[in-house]
This record gives sequence, structure tokens and C-alpha cells, in this order.
Amino acid sequence: MQSFVLLFSLYRENKIYPDMQNHEPNKVYDVIIVGGGATGAGIARDCARRGLRVILVERKDMATGATGRNHGLLHSGARYAVTDRESAEECIKENKILKNIASHCVEETEGLFVTLPEDDLAYQNRFAEACRAAGIDAEIIDPKEAVRMEPSVHPDIIGAVKVPDGSIDPFRLTISNVMDAKEHGALILTYHEVTGLILEQARVTGVKVYDHLQKETKEIRGTVIVNAGGIWGQYISTFAGIKISMLPAKGALLIFGHRVNNMVLNRCRKPADADILVPGDTISLIGTTSSNIPYDQIDNMMVTPQEVDLLIREGEKLAPCLAYTRILRAYAGVRPLVAADNDSTGRNVSRGIVLLDHAERDGLEGYITITGGKLMTYRLMAEWATDLVCKKLNIEARCTTAEEKLPGSRETMEEINQRISSLPATARKSAIYRHGDRAQKLAENTLQDNSLVCECEEVSVGEVKYALEELNVKKLVDLRRRTRVGMGTCQGELCACRASGLMGSSGIYCTKRAKQDLSAFLNERWKGIYPVAWGDTLRECEYTSWIYESVCGLKPNQE
Amino acid sequence: MKFDSVIIGGGLAGLVCGIKLSQQGHRCVIISSGQSALHFLSGSFDLLNRLPDGTPVDHPLTAVKELIKMEPEHPYTKLGEIRFEELVAEAEQFFSGIGIELAGSATRNHFRVTPMGTLKRTWLTLADFVTCENDIQLPWKQLTIFNPAGFLDFYPHFVADEFRKLGATCEVHEFNLPDLDILRRNPSELRSTNIARILDKPDNREHLCRILIRESSGTDAILLPACLGLDQPDTVRIIEERVGKPVYLIPTIPPSIAGIGMQQFLRNTFQKLGGVYMMGDHVMNADIENHRVKRVYSYNHGDIPFEANHFVLATGSYFSRGLTATRDRVYEPVFNLNVSYLKERQEWYTGNIFDAQAYQQFGVSTSLDFQAVTGDTLLSNLYVGGAILEGFNPIKEGSGGGVSILTALDIAGKILKDQSVWNCSI
Repeated sequence: MQSFVLLFSLYRENKIYPDMQNHEPNKVYDVIIVGGGATGAGIARDCARRGLRVILVERKDMATGATGRNHGLLHSGARYAVTDRESAEECIKENKILKNIASHCVEETEGLFVTLPEDDLAYQNRFAEACRAAGIDAEIIDPKEAVRMEPSVHPDIIGAVKVPDGSIDPFRLTISNVMDAKEHGALILTYHEVTGLILEQARVTGVKVYDHLQKETKEIRGTVIVNAGGIWGQYISTFAGIKISMLPAKGALLIFGHRVNNMVLNRCRKPADADILVPGDTISLIGTTSSNIPYDQIDNMMVTPQEVDLLIREGEKLAPCLAYTRILRAYAGVRPLVAADNDSTGRNVSRGIVLLDHAERDGLEGYITITGGKLMTYRLMAEWATDLVCKKLNIEARCTTAEEKLPGSRETMEEINQRISSLPATARKSAIYRHGDRAQKLAENTLQDNSLVCECEEVSVGEVKYALEELNVKKLVDLRRRTRVGMGTCQGELCACRASGLMGSSGIYCTKRAKQDLSAFLNERWKGIYPVAWGDTLRECEYTSWIYESVCGLKPNQE
Repeated sequence: MKFDSVIIGGGLAGLVCGIKLSQQGHRCVIISSGQSALHFLSGSFDLLNRLPDGTPVDHPLTAVKELIKMEPEHPYTKLGEIRFEELVAEAEQFFSGIGIELAGSATRNHFRVTPMGTLKRTWLTLADFVTCENDIQLPWKQLTIFNPAGFLDFYPHFVADEFRKLGATCEVHEFNLPDLDILRRNPSELRSTNIARILDKPDNREHLCRILIRESSGTDAILLPACLGLDQPDTVRIIEERVGKPVYLIPTIPPSIAGIGMQQFLRNTFQKLGGVYMMGDHVMNADIENHRVKRVYSYNHGDIPFEANHFVLATGSYFSRGLTATRDRVYEPVFNLNVSYLKERQEWYTGNIFDAQAYQQFGVSTSLDFQAVTGDTLLSNLYVGGAILEGFNPIKEGSGGGVSILTALDIAGKILKDQSVWNCSI
């Protein structure tokens, strides 16, 4: 009762945000999307734009699975040109689309495929030809010219090919898809974990979900249920007695403390470990390793010292300065690779997009699975899935996601820059970089709103308020994905405390939960820090422990 | 340059050691690389709050016996129970002797208030800060917290809600002064030190006092975040007299006004006693002859050495660069002293940041008299004190302040004794 009164008073004060409202219990949705990665968000967008009644459920926050745990590389397709022509062609097509529809999430850095003295230079010609055949604009250039273009690259390279690689922010991309979906009527429920599928005769008619924030179970009804759970899709399908064989492949990456390169650097050889260095925002990323892991370990992604050492050893070959560049954190994701249906050994793996209509495959109506693929092809995957949903609903509606720009990418940045000219120049630049044309929401910032919550990443009070009000933030980790609070060199030392206070005062949660959230946030940061905690990173860890444990007396969560 | 003692490190341990030596007419230099961990002082010094097994400690003088049994390399174990008790008494007198007013005693831990509003055990607390005898009841029924509008480094509702749990009525009041807008023009300026520079101005202080008088009727005590009294240590007393009610500070997240004030006060005390304080310099290397450090060389002074009979290394732990960790080892960068640490990096940490982390316990190994060792060689005139030492976990035990203060006093005592034996005048 008390919580109802509180909720009501928040509602009256207009402090409650649309996302905090519940779905209507008796409503039957056209489509229920399970999974809030780029693919799920893309499907929500596509379905909503085609006029469907859409609800998306995600067990954590958006972009917390493989979507947020990769390179953030806007592939040109060159990496797959030699080994997988189909993927290469899909990549270059989507590369061009994303540069147009998601320009504020993309940096057109271009990329180099370099040949080191230890590599075979003969591969370069084969590579360049395969690129051209796939429609990728690849240009062999003088290695000296390459060093001039990208001074961080190893000076001893003997070959270089320039390709239209870039970097893409997967968090921003996913959130922009969500924003567009919501603007077209979709309902997005984060922290709602699917605990069961509702089966009626030979049909899936809904999902059972557990709301982790309100701590209650709900049922949601829908005509078509789309499983976009990535690697977790195998588990979700077991609720319907359906077997999908996923092959979890772990990939570990390291984040460096500043941006050492401006062009994406790749090794010009068959894809291998730690051979891509991607610049993104204020940092650079090296990755990845690749190792098969048991399915029961997919929620337990720890980066081992051996993986860290391998990434540094190989990374130094691409850019020697990585040997003495501070490492901020290590993380790992799981690629959702799917075994071919008739292959019991699981060796016959498809890296391409896999769309399963379980009516055809398993005789179960109302349930489809979209998996495989990669971040680059999320939109195409969404298009395929939505086409199938529409077919099942007997709806004829055209896909518009390849032409219509995402929220944030619709206006020219010069104009936005002028509209928020009251902001300090650095904060303005960061806000536009992160939010594109939506940065204009900060135009009404007061002096107090301009105050910085996070100095590393220039996140202002106003930006935090905007994220809290409009970007579906439930926890500090969510705020980090929206604004980069706690992503900078200090990894959330003082900004975390400031942000939790702001979240407390905005009415998102009480002080007790704010402190629990702060502890959880620090531990989430720690999991990525300790695999690389030496040198300055260890100094920072010691400082963080002094501040939060000694001075503040913060305690771990009892849960 | 010749001194009786060269102290490397200008934090709490280095300063306490330097002051005690200078008080006895010893000629000392402190070589300090810059700010120290004092800059995040909570307003209190801890002696021993918990035993390594997690048992809370109410009586440090008794509990140290248990600690000695548990931790063979702990600095308190090296001191031993008797010396520990002597040094604790000496420390309490030491601070009042140099004019620092601290509440509390080692016979029984009291409680301080954290920025999160919780109560935490401690040994000595600066007079301006809130203290409690226990953690179940506050000394006041009605409290008001005043916070500068838009100050993000202190969230008053954390404190107010905790105080309410203890049965007090606690109100939160935001205040503003026109001069604070000057700070707001720069987005990163509204921090404790800058606010203090505004609030410490007599006009602004008077303005604040009028707000406090107006908004605190019915309140037993006024609480403020520690963002005043940077240049004027008696600011809180002045406000108290003007307002006519008790006024106390609560620590904020850094920078810590109390810590900066403490560092400045200790440094001034040291210099008034004739000590030489070299700021922004650090020791690069040393000449060692016959198991003794003869002289050290610093970055700023190049080939002009510092010579002395005794040397003290109090350069702190990782943060202050007293210890350096690389991918495969932990070392002490000035003298390459023996450091105890675990060889496998993955054993340095656990997956939960709130666990006791092994790395926090790494440090320089010494003799029972805190003399340094490099390889098999005991360096008899090089003493090591404070956070750089091995064998204790300052965070989990709440022993950081105590270890720095007690080892510094102990080392100073040993040097003075040694010096009188040598009777060596330079």
C-alpha cells in the first residue's frame, strides 16, 4: 500500500517515467520480443514502424549481452572477404546503411589491414581481390603511407590495405533503436526475465516474466513470440521443449586508457586472436581471443591472466605503444554461434544469420528464433524476423529501417551545436558525440545542470537528468551505458557516488537502494578491472577502496 | 646537504616522524613528492576497528593481543603489546601537544559518521566532526543538515535516512549564496575546497549564519558537509557562537578539507620546529656502504646528495608510489627493498571488491625494528614506516592511521636512542 501511495505521488508530481508504467495485463500484443540486444531492439523498431503492437522484455538492461561485449567495430566486411563471402557482402551493405541511418553512433575512421614481417605478404593480393569481389572498396597502399596515416601502427609493416572500416557504439545504437521503437508505440521492459513460455495446444501464446525490480511475476500474451535472446536463446527455447544447439565461443578484449589509434588496425591474414585494434570514443580496444566454453558458463565471463597476456602480446605487434599504455579493463562476450540442425557433433557452425520458424521446424506455432549473425547485421536480422512475423500475422507492411534515420542522426550537428551554445564547449562536444541531435534536450540547462558529474567523460548533471527522464535508466550501470558515467580512466571513482545521489533525488529509488546500487556498480566495475590491476590501474583500485570502504563505509550487498 | 635524518615521504607517517625528531632538536629534511593519502582523511584516525577475522573491536588495547596471535608480520605485532600501548598513549599526547584537538581514546573506540550516514568505529576524531559513543543512538533528537545547492560530493539524504533509522528527526535544507554562482560558471568547480574558499570569507560566513539561524529553529544541532574552514580552522567555532547551537561537520567524498588542513598544519609545525620540507621532489637512488645508507639523490637536486645518519622510508603504498606493481611483480622503487607479495597475479585479488584483497597486504618486509632489508642485507640505518609496510590490511582492519602514526613515533624513538649512542654531531 505504501509503495502504491509513493508511486501515485510520484505520478502526480510528473516524476514517473513512461517506462515505469506497467503493461496492461489483458492486452494481447502482436509480437513479444525476448532479448534487449541490438537484434531485439532492431526488431522492436522494425515491428513498431510497421504498425504492430510491440512489447520487448529483457532480463537485464539493454545491450548487456554480446551486443555490448564486442569490439564496436563497424566492419567493412573485409575481415570475412577471404573466408566467408556471404558475410562480407552483408557487412558492406549494412556498413553503408548504418553510416546513413545511425551516423551519430558511427565514426568513419577507415581501417588498415597491415602485414607484419612475420606474416605472408602473398596473402595481401588474395585479400584485396576477395574484398573487391564482395563489393568492398579495398586499396593497397604503400606501408610508409600507412604509417603516416596512422602513426600508432607498427613501423616495420611490409604491407597495408585501406578499407572502409569504422567504429560503432553498440550501446548508443541499441538505445536509438529503442527510442524509435518507443516513438512508434513499442513498450520496452528491462529487468524482466522470461521464466516460462505459455503454451496452448501447439502454440506459444505468451511469456511468463519475473520483474526483478518490483520482484513480481507477470504474464504477457502475444500472437508471435520472437526469441532474440542470443546465446541465451537456447535456454529460452527449452521452456517450449525445443532444442537449439548453441556453441558458446568466448571472446576476451582489453580497453586501453586513451585512444591510441585513429584508424581501425587489423592483421592482414586469416582471422585469428587479438588481431583487431579499434578506436572508439575516448579509448581503444584490442581483441579478441576465442575459446569454446560450456553452456553453463555463459553468465560467468571472467577474463583470465593468460587471455590478458595474449591480448597484450599480440596487440603490441599491431601498435607497439600498447606495451606501455594503461589498460582500463578487460571483458569478454559470448558469440551466439549455432550448430547446424543435422549436426550432432556441433562442429558444423554457421556464422551467418539463423532464422528458425518453429512451426516448420518443430510444429510449434507462434514462436520464432533469430540468432547467429553479428552486430553489423542486426538490422538485417531484424528485417528478416519482422518479415516472418508479418507473414504470420498476415500483415503486409514494408520495412523502412534501412532508409529512415534513427533518433539522434536526423539533424545536422552544426545546428544542434548552436542550439546548445549555452553549454561549455567541451560538454557540448561530448553531449553531441553521445546523443547526436538529441543533445538539444540540454539546451535548457541551468548553471547547476552544467555542473559535471563525471570529469573523465564530461557528463553534466543535465545529461544525467535527460538520461534518467527519457532513456529508461533503472540502475547506475544503465546510466553508464547511456552517458559514459564511470567509463573513463577513473572507472567510477567519484562520479558513481555523485550519480547515485542524483538518481536518489530524482525519485528513481530510495537511499537504501541507492547504496545497494552503488555497491553493485563498484563490483561490476571491479570485475573488469582486476584482471588488469597493476601499475596505475592498481593505484586507482586502492584509491577506490579507500574512498568507498574506508571513508564512506560502504558495505557489500547482502543479497 | 647534511642532516641528522632524511625522511622520504611527506604523508602522515613522514610528518609525525619528522615532528617528533625535530622536537628533540634533530635536524631533519622531508622529501615529499606531493599530496598524500592525508588528502582523503575522513576526519578521523583509526587504530583498530576489526580483527582480521572480521570481529569488531571496541577495545583496541585489549584486542591487539588477539591480532598479534593472528598476524605475525603485522606492524603492531612487531611493536608488541607493551610498546603498542605506550605508543598509543604517546600518540594521543603528541597531537594535543602540537595543538590538534582530537576526541576519542584507544581504551574504547567511538563512532564517526560516514558520508553515507552510517556510523563507523574509530580512534581519534577532529573536534569539528560528529562523534557518537555507540551506534544505536545519536546524542541529539532533532537535527538539520544544510547543504550547498548543487554540491554533488555530499548527498544529505544518505545521512538523513540513516539518522532517522536511529530515531532522530532529521531535516535536510539546501542553501545558496550568490557567490557560489561564481563557482557554478565553471562546471567542475563546485567541490569542497572551492566552496570552502567562498564560505570562509567573513561576509559569506555571516550570510550563511543568518540562513542557519533562520532555518534551524527547534533543531538540537546543525550538520554541514565538510566544505568550510580550509584557511580558518576555527570557522566551525565561529559559526557555532554566532548561531548559538552546536555545529558539526560530516565528511564528504574527496578532496577532504580535514585532510588538507591536517597536512598543512603538520607541515607548518614541522617547519616551525626547524625542519626542511622539500615539496615536489622524489628520491631517485642511494649510495649504500657497509650495510648503511650513506646518501640519497633526488630528482630536483641531481648530483647534490642528501647525507644523514638515519633515513626513513615512508613513501606510502601503491597510490603514493611507495610500491609499484607490474604485470608480474611488486617492488619498492627507491632502494629495491624486499617486498612480500604473492607470485601469481591472479592470487592478488578476488572477484568481489568488498573482500579482503591480497594486494592490500603486500608491502616492504623489515626487521622487528622496522629496519629495511635488501636481498640478504639488513640496512641498519634505514627505517621503514607507514602504509608501505607489509602484513596488514588498513581497509579491512581500520588500522591505516594507527600504523602510520605508531610506526612513525616508534622509528623516531629508535633514531633518537641510536643518535644518543652514536653521539655524532655534524
